[in-house]
Amino acid sequence: MANFEAKAKQIRADVVDSLYAAQSGHPGGSLSCVEILLALYENGVVRYDPKNPQWADRDRVVLSKGHACPTLYAVLADVGFFPREELLTLRKLGSHLQGHPDMNKCPGVDASTGSLGQGMSMSVGYALAGKRPEHHFNVYTVTGDGESQEGIMWEAAMAAAHYKLDNLTVLLDHNGLQIDGTNDQVMSLGDIVAKYAAFGWETCVVDGHDVDAIAAACKAPRCGKPRFICCNTVKGKGVSFMENQVGWHGKPINEEQYKAAKAELGV
Amino acid sequence: MAEIKSTRIAYGEALAKLGAVDDKVLVCDADLAHATMTAFFADKYPDRFYNFGIAECNMMDASAGLAHCGYTVFASTFAIFGAGHAFEQVRNAICYTNANVKLGLSHAGPSCGEDGGSHQAVEDIALMRTLPRMTVIAPCDAVEMEKAVFAAAKTYGPMFIRTGRLPTEVITDESTPFEIGKAVTLREGKDAAIIACGIMVAQAMHAAETLAAEGIECRVINMHTIKPLDNEAVLAAARDCGAIVTAEEHSVIGGLGGAVAEALCGNACVPFERVGIQDRFGQSGTPALLAEEYGLTDKAIAEAVRRAVAKK
Repeated sequence: MANFEAKAKQIRADVVDSLYAAQSGHPGGSLSCVEILLALYENGVVRYDPKNPQWADRDRVVLSKGHACPTLYAVLADVGFFPREELLTLRKLGSHLQGHPDMNKCPGVDASTGSLGQGMSMSVGYALAGKRPEHHFNVYTVTGDGESQEGIMWEAAMAAAHYKLDNLTVLLDHNGLQIDGTNDQVMSLGDIVAKYAAFGWETCVVDGHDVDAIAAACKAPRCGKPRFICCNTVKGKGVSFMENQVGWHGKPINEEQYKAAKAELGV
Repeated sequence: MAEIKSTRIAYGEALAKLGAVDDKVLVCDADLAHATMTAFFADKYPDRFYNFGIAECNMMDASAGLAHCGYTVFASTFAIFGAGHAFEQVRNAICYTNANVKLGLSHAGPSCGEDGGSHQAVEDIALMRTLPRMTVIAPCDAVEMEKAVFAAAKTYGPMFIRTGRLPTEVITDESTPFEIGKAVTLREGKDAAIIACGIMVAQAMHAAETLAAEGIECRVINMHTIKPLDNEAVLAAARDCGAIVTAEEHSVIGGLGGAVAEALCGNACVPFERVGIQDRFGQSGTPALLAEEYGLTDKAIAEAVRRAVAKK
């Protein structure tokens, strides 16, 4: 764990650096999913090859909550898909690091996302392809709790269960907040775990900031159903003045805040 | 009497033929396989057919996912749902990512008949035409439909193929050329040009015959590809004939008429008339009565040509 604590701080610092350079973007939901993406890429869950991003039988990772892409970019750079210095081009004209992920521009990005719900349902297509006789791969999809209000999420959830997509794992970054307030203030999700279970998914709940617990949940034996992992997280995690603050969903970081955040992260 | 066959049946048959020669072809539907006619493919290749149930948006995104794993995906539903309900998925998952997905969307236009205005897409061409990377094809008959399906499978990228419910005249044959983006001149004439797509091409041919008896000779152009539009054919028609009439089973706003107007604008100044649906929704009725009601007939085209020629 100590290993991942240091790594998580470094990724958070990269996220803060790139968002500060961009002077726009989404700090809160990026900081909440750091451990989820570390578990996928750096704890032996996802099969990938940074030297061959288009490898046909790679596992697919879909960041369905696409606005959290600064974290995806930081992790992709960390594992060697592109040089870390490029993180500072986030959201700038001509950069392959678009404000929301673009699979045709950024090596390692498996799905263009940004319109919430789209990544989830594209994942159903990927998972169907991954089970065809020509292929053999898994699909890992990171969703948001606000995103779960989109109707298409449930169209996709129904299809994944219908087609018994046991190569599909959905990890919910459940930080409880969205743009206009808490989930419960805006549109209650109710018992989100029970909802996935009712749709025919295998479900579990983990500490979304425990890299080993997330990875273990991903690696558990499959039972013929798509898997839903509810990762309980803190929005803005790691930067105290951003933690659990609705206002930090999408807001530029000023110089003073940047210095304070970096000091706290100690990187 | 010409052969009568719907383009949706030709679409389904073509998919089944294509499935035999191309094992990378997958077909998706949203609980309308017996209406879009993808059932012909599903019956022969059930392991390459995915039914997404009544969830068109999910079908479009999932089709993009399948396509990005190396498949050519044909996704079908009614035009109103594929182009309308799932517009944003077609935009962001298919066109924005440049997925190799072909939308075979049926029951377009009032000729779908009794189901009424909620089901008669009159704006689908306009919607699809605005999307970067999207190719838009409205084949004129069942024979051309098969050629379009095979050409689509050979051409990478997002594509919309418009199909119809109504059995309509077959006016082309095996020897009629078909190339995506290249207009086909079906009849020569120097007094006016009728540029038509879909089932209105047959009506254009009938109109040209009527007009010839009055001494007005029309060039009839089958503009099966609305995007990319064959601008050269449009400008040549303006130059050679000096009057243009478009004809489509679609709103006159944003469809073939709109596309031809854009091509002419700034390049040619000729009398120009658009036959199509005049900014209205459809309604229930028999296809024949609806064609009269909405002015989608050979008579309406002939009248428009007379108006255009009179302004020369």
